[in-house]
Amino acid sequence: MSKPVIKCEAVYKIFGENAKKMLQDSNGNVDAKTFQENGCIVGVNNASFEVSKGEMLVVMGLSGSGKSTLLRCISRLTDATGGKIFIEGQDLLQLKNKELIELRRNKMGMVFQSFALLPHKTVVENIAFPLQIKGIKTEDSISKAMDMVKLVGLDGRENYFPRELSGGQQQRVGIARSLAVEPDIWFLDEPFSALDPLIRKEMQDEFLRLQDKLQKTIMFITHDFDEALKLADRIAIMKDGIIEQLDTPANIVLNPATEYVRKFTEEVPREKVLLIEDVMESSTTDNLGDLKVLKNEIIENVAEKILTQEKSVAVIDNNNKIVGSINPTKIINTVFGGRKNNN
Amino acid sequence: MELIKKYPKLFQWFFLLIVFFALCFSIDVPETYKFIRGQAEFVKDPNQSSFVFLGKEVRYYAFDVFWRLPPLLGWLPIWINDSLFFLMNEWMPIEFWNEDTQEFRTRPLVLQISRNLTAFMTFLIELIREILLGGLETIVAFTSWDWIDKNPWAELPGLPWTIVAAGSAILAYKLSGKGLALFAGLVMVYISIFGQWKPSMQTLSFILVAAPLSFIFGLGLGIAAFKSKRVEKALYPILLVMQTMPQYAVLVPALVLFGVGDHAAVIITMVVAVPPMILLTILGLRAIPPEVIEAGRMSGCNNWQLMFKVLIPTARRDILIGVNQVIMVCFSMAVISAFIGAKGLGFNLLLALNQLNIGLALEAGLCISLIAILLDKMSLAWANKQTDYFGNLTFYQRNKNILFFAATVIIGILLAYVGTFLFKGSYNYLFEVPHNKGISTADFWNKGVDWIFDTFFVYIKAFNTWLIQDVLQPMRALYLRMPVVATLVLVVGAGYLIGGIRSALVVCGLTLFIALSPWWDRALVTAYMATFGVIVSCLIGFTVGTLCFQNKHSASFMLGVCDIFQTFPSFVYLIPVMMLFGITDTSVLIAVIVYATIPATRYTIEGLRSVPVGLHDAATMSGVNKFQRLTKIEFPLAFPHMMLGLNQTIVFALFMVIIGAFIGTEDLGQYILKALSDKKGAGIGFTLGICVAFIGLIFDNLIRTWVEKRKKHLGIN
Repeated sequence: MSKPVIKCEAVYKIFGENAKKMLQDSNGNVDAKTFQENGCIVGVNNASFEVSKGEMLVVMGLSGSGKSTLLRCISRLTDATGGKIFIEGQDLLQLKNKELIELRRNKMGMVFQSFALLPHKTVVENIAFPLQIKGIKTEDSISKAMDMVKLVGLDGRENYFPRELSGGQQQRVGIARSLAVEPDIWFLDEPFSALDPLIRKEMQDEFLRLQDKLQKTIMFITHDFDEALKLADRIAIMKDGIIEQLDTPANIVLNPATEYVRKFTEEVPREKVLLIEDVMESSTTDNLGDLKVLKNEIIENVAEKILTQEKSVAVIDNNNKIVGSINPTKIINTVFGGRKNNN
Repeated sequence: MELIKKYPKLFQWFFLLIVFFALCFSIDVPETYKFIRGQAEFVKDPNQSSFVFLGKEVRYYAFDVFWRLPPLLGWLPIWINDSLFFLMNEWMPIEFWNEDTQEFRTRPLVLQISRNLTAFMTFLIELIREILLGGLETIVAFTSWDWIDKNPWAELPGLPWTIVAAGSAILAYKLSGKGLALFAGLVMVYISIFGQWKPSMQTLSFILVAAPLSFIFGLGLGIAAFKSKRVEKALYPILLVMQTMPQYAVLVPALVLFGVGDHAAVIITMVVAVPPMILLTILGLRAIPPEVIEAGRMSGCNNWQLMFKVLIPTARRDILIGVNQVIMVCFSMAVISAFIGAKGLGFNLLLALNQLNIGLALEAGLCISLIAILLDKMSLAWANKQTDYFGNLTFYQRNKNILFFAATVIIGILLAYVGTFLFKGSYNYLFEVPHNKGISTADFWNKGVDWIFDTFFVYIKAFNTWLIQDVLQPMRALYLRMPVVATLVLVVGAGYLIGGIRSALVVCGLTLFIALSPWWDRALVTAYMATFGVIVSCLIGFTVGTLCFQNKHSASFMLGVCDIFQTFPSFVYLIPVMMLFGITDTSVLIAVIVYATIPATRYTIEGLRSVPVGLHDAATMSGVNKFQRLTKIEFPLAFPHMMLGLNQTIVFALFMVIIGAFIGTEDLGQYILKALSDKKGAGIGFTLGICVAFIGLIFDNLIRTWVEKRKKHLGIN
C-alpha cells in the first residue's frame, strides 16, 4: 500500500500555560478533568489515524469536541502540544517557518466556515490571492483564477465583491480559492454549516461532483452526521477531544463502537445509507431467484424489488459476477429490526 | 436588619457616606489655612515649613495632616525642570558639524536632536505652506539667498484660491458625492470671500504635516502592540493618561524642548494625535475574524504579506476612522497651539479674544467650525467608501476626477492671470483675498453684542449674580471644606465597593498623587466646576436624549447635531459665552455645560437604541405602556451605556474647565496658563496636566469597572 498522505501519531493539543509540562508528566494518560482543574483545556486527546491518497476523511463531532482544533493542528495553524504529524512523510512539526509556508503555498488548501474572504478584493482577485502570494505574475494568476471561477460556476460574477454575493456564492469563492494552487491536500472546516439547508444540499452535491473530478485527499469537518454519511469514505467521530470511532459510514451505522456513537446512528434511515454489500451474505446458495442487484446499490433504491421476491436475490459486482446473496427478510430486519435490539 | 440583608450594597454605601460626613464635621479648618499654598515658585515666608528631597527644597504651609497633606511631591516639577534643563544643555555633549560656520561645534545631544527635528518640521511646514500660499523659503533651503536673488522666477507662486476650492470640491465629490462637494466648495468660497484665506491655509498646512506623520507613527505602534503583548502592556498606561490629559497641558513641555512656533506645535500635536490612532489600529486589527487570518496563513502568506495584504486591508474601515480621529485632533491642536505661537486661524482667534473683539473672534470661530465639519465629513466619507471595481471602465471614467482637477488648475491659473489685468494696482482678488480686504461682518456682530448687552444687561447681570452668589460660591466653599482624609475615605471606599481591593488601590494611588502635589486646593476647585458642569450636562443630556429617542427622526437628527458639535475645537465654545456673559465663572461653566452635554445626549440615545428589538416587542406584548417600557425595560438596559456617557461627560467637562482658565478661573488651568508664559514652567505644566488626567482617570476607573460588572450581570456586550 502507498504511503499515507496524512499520518497522525498520538497527537495532543492542550490549551493552557503549562500544557507541555503537564502532558509530559501524564505519560500519555490525559484525563480532561484533572487537566481542567489545573487550568488546562484539552482540545485533542491522543488522536492517531491515517488518510491515504484520494480518500475523504470526515471528522464529525458536536461543538467543543475538538474537531476544528484537530484540523488546525494538521494544517499547523496551531502547534500540536504532543505527538507527530506527517504530511507525505514530512514531519510537519519539525518544519521551519519558510518550509511551512512553501508547503502551504503548494500542497494545502483550506475552506472556512465563515468563508473568510478578503472584503477588499473582487471574486477573481480573492481566488488569485494565493497565487499572487506565491509570486505568480498578475496576468497568469488572474487567468488561472478565471478557470477556477468557471469550475465553481460563478462565471459572470468574477468582478463582484464578496459583499455582493449570497452565502452559497461566497463559499464557492472560498472553495475556488482553496483549489487555486492545485493542492494535494484539501481541508474543509464546516464549509456548509453557515448555509441554508437547501443551499447546503446543493453545495454538497456540487462538492461531490468536484471531488469526483479532482480526487484530492480531504479532511472534512462537520457537526452534521447526515452530511458525514453522505460524503465520507471514512468517518471519525470525536467527543471531548477523543476519537470515539473511526470507520466507514456503514460500519459506524451497523456497529457503533460506543454508546455516544450509537445515539447518532439511532435516527439514521439505514436504507438510505447502507449499500447492498454492507448487509449481503458473502456465501452464495444455489437457490437464487432471477433478480440480480448491484452490490454498490443503496438499499432504498432496490428494496421494493427485492421484497417482491420470495427467494434470496443474487448480488453482482460491476462485472456481472455474483459475489453474494441477500434474503428479503434481511432487508426487513435491517430497516426495521435493527433499532429494537438497541433499546 | 431585614433591609440590610435585602440590600447589602445600599447599606454599605450608606455607611460610607456616614463616615465621610462624620470626618468632614469632626475635622476643623486649621487657623493657619490659606487657600494659596506653598508652590514651586516660593515666596520665603517664616510661617512656611520646608523639606529637602533629591536636593530640591520644597516649602509649604504646614497643616494638620488630616486637613491637607503636605505637598511631598512638590519637588517633582522642580526636578522635571532641572532634568529637562540638564538634558537640553549639559547631557552628552557631542561635536557636530555646523553648516553655516563650516566648523565643528560641541553641543549636547538632545539639544542637537531637538534642533534637527525642529528644522525638519519647519522645512515640511514651509514646503506645504508655500505650495498653498507661495514663498521662497523652500527654494532657499536647497540653494541660497544669493541664488534666489539672481533667479527670481524660482519663487513658488502659491495656488490661487480658486484652484484649492475646486480641488476640495472634486475630492469631496469623489469621496461622497454632490452634496459634500457643494458644501466643500461653499466653505472654501466663504473662507476666501471673508478674507480668512491665509490663516486657513496656514492651519491646513499644519494639518497636512501633522496628520500623515501621526498616522504613520500611530499605525506602526498599533501594529507593534497588536503583535506583542509586551508592547501593548507598556503602551496602555500612556494611552490611558493621554486620553484624559488636557491638550492644553501638553503644550508646556513642548515649549522647553522645541521652542515657540509651528514646528513645536506640530511635534506636540503628534504626541496628542498618535494615541487615538494606536487605539483604533489595535481595535481594528482585533476585530478581524480569526478565520480571515487563518485563510491568509493557509494561502501561504509570510508575516509581511499577512499584515499588509490581509490584515490592514481588512481592518481598513477602523484604521480610516483612526485617520478621521487623527485629523480632528490635529485640527483642534492647530487651534490651541496658537498659545505657543502656531500661525493660522487659532492665532487670529486668540488675538481677537484677547482684544475682546467678539465680532472678529466669531468670524474666525465660524471659519474654524466650518473647516472642522468639512474635514470630519470628508475623512468619514473616505472611511465609509467601499472600493469599487474599475477594471472595466474606460480611461476617461477612471481618471475623470484627476482630469477635472487638471482642468481647474489651468482655468484657475488663467483666471488669476486675467485678474492681474482686471485689478490693476489693487489686490488680485482672483488669486487671493487678503486678510483685511475681504467682507467682514465683525462690526455687525460687535454691534449685536453691544445691543444684547444694552438690552439684557440687567437680566444677564441678575442671573450671573444669583448663580455666583447662591449656587457656585457655596458649592465651592463646600468642596474646599472637605478634609483630605474624608475625600480619601470617600474615593477609596467607593473604589472598594465598586471594584474590590484592586480598584480601591488604583483610585487611592491616583488621589494621593494629587493630594501630595502642591495643588490640592486648586484641584478641588477644578473638581467643583467640573461637578457642577457634569450635573447640569447630564440632566440636560439625559432628558434631551430620552425625549429625542421617542421618535426615530428626532433621534437621528440629534445624533447628527452631536456629531457636528463634537467636531468643533473646544476653544471655539468660549466665543459665544464670552459674548453673553463676559469674563466670569458663569461663562466658563456655560461653555462647560454646552460642551459636556454632547456626550451625555449622544450616549443616552445610543444606549436606548441598543436595547434589542426582541425585548422591545416582548415588553409591548406584555401590555406595557410607553412610560412603563421606558422605566422598566429601556432604562435598566441602557443604563451601563449611559454611564459610559457620564464618563465622557466628565472628561469633556474637565477639558473645558481647564481651557476656561483663558477666561480666568482659579483652578488648575490657571496654573497651566501661567506655566505657558513661565521659563521654568515645563515641570509645573506637566505635573498639573497629570493631575487633571488623574482626576479624570479616577472617575474613569470607577465607572468603567462598574459598567463592566453591570454588563456582565445583564449579559450584554
